[in-house]
Amino acid sequence: MTLPSSPKDLIAWRVAKELNYGEIVNLGIGTPTLVSNYISPEMNIMFQSENGFVGMGALAQPGEEIPDLTNAGGQWVTLVPGAAFFDTAMSFIIIRGGHIDVTVLGALEVDERGYLANYWIPGRGGPGIGGGMDLVVGTKRVIVAMEHTRRDGEPKIVPRCSLPITAKRMVDLIVTDMAVIRPTTEGLVLREVAPGVTVDEVLAKTSACLIVPDDVGEMVA
Amino acid sequence: MSKVKTVQEAMERIEDGMTVMLPGFLGVGTPKALIDAICERRIGNLTVIYNDGAFPGVGIGKLVRCGLVRKMISTHTGTNPELVKAVADGKIEMELLPQGTLVERIRAAGAGLGGILTPTGVGTSVEDGKTVMELDGTKYLLELPLRADMALLYAFKGDTGGNLVYRRTARNFNPIMATAADLVIAEVEHLVDVGEIEPEHVVTPGIFVDIVVRGCN
Repeated sequence: MTLPSSPKDLIAWRVAKELNYGEIVNLGIGTPTLVSNYISPEMNIMFQSENGFVGMGALAQPGEEIPDLTNAGGQWVTLVPGAAFFDTAMSFIIIRGGHIDVTVLGALEVDERGYLANYWIPGRGGPGIGGGMDLVVGTKRVIVAMEHTRRDGEPKIVPRCSLPITAKRMVDLIVTDMAVIRPTTEGLVLREVAPGVTVDEVLAKTSACLIVPDDVGEMVA
Repeated sequence: MSKVKTVQEAMERIEDGMTVMLPGFLGVGTPKALIDAICERRIGNLTVIYNDGAFPGVGIGKLVRCGLVRKMISTHTGTNPELVKAVADGKIEMELLPQGTLVERIRAAGAGLGGILTPTGVGTSVEDGKTVMELDGTKYLLELPLRADMALLYAFKGDTGGNLVYRRTARNFNPIMATAADLVIAEVEHLVDVGEIEPEHVVTPGIFVDIVVRGCN
């Protein structure tokens, strides 16, 4: 297969390879939402949406919106067989209580400790917390899916987050349009580079210290 | 005994300066007729407990646009630039919480608990000013119960006794907020007689609901 050419789709495609058969998965707003485009129904993955259901399907086609059925970003969505609705308390029993296998979310910054910042920019405000803190605290595996640099080209993978952190938890994997990086207690380990990207280019766009093993791979289909 | 009243009658119970719980997630599951009536009567200086900023002019975004909100207790504002600006300008005071903490604080109030212990927010700005407790090697924040003078609910179907059924993702905070306010008013889309909703299907028992009003549709 040909790999997706747009940065966001490449990220979503690579994250999708991390998901296993039958897992319960929560996708954040933005790029993480695209991950569901790369999951086949045979994977039997159930998507949980923090606004109150499991069994989220594709986005609804224009003109076929179902009343009172939206995702956590307010978009109209559909259901898959076996879906279930619940209230917010149950939603966060599922999230905080460790019943979600994987959460995929965006970040403003990630640092050498594997901590992410994604809710507030002092002086400018921010999107807010929403379900993010509970998801990072309570989910079994946390994957950050984000573009490698800010819009102005500045690094987002930094020695220490300058923005308020979302939780004191080391995330499990960072997937960007340039690289796959695994946080460890020794530091951030470069695992893969995107097609056409060199290790030196990744290092140049990363202000955090990266451990570069001999066996860095390439994202392949 | 029927709990059904008109929106006008219900409004007589709402006053300036009250703390109001409003359910909803980006506007889904939020009462419409009751918010319109508050805006028309310009009942202001409100403390509003709501998950997010909704969208400009939609749901609680309408209360924000009408300048009726003094303080918000919420988890997310990014979808409503008017609210973000009002907070930045100091016109609206903001208490920002994780969503799971907001719902558990409300549940604690409704359930008669003295508070809850959550690992969410430990080591972040959410911890500021709160008691941290360590149990079996894990740190938790003590989060206190959150009550309101009034909860304004939105249900797809309700009977005249206040039993409520919600539709799809419009359920969200409704069943929890029903338990934690001095006065609970439910706006229902479809009003039916007592007995028409299967007891097995009732989500919020009518004992929590003081007043039922018909929705605008």
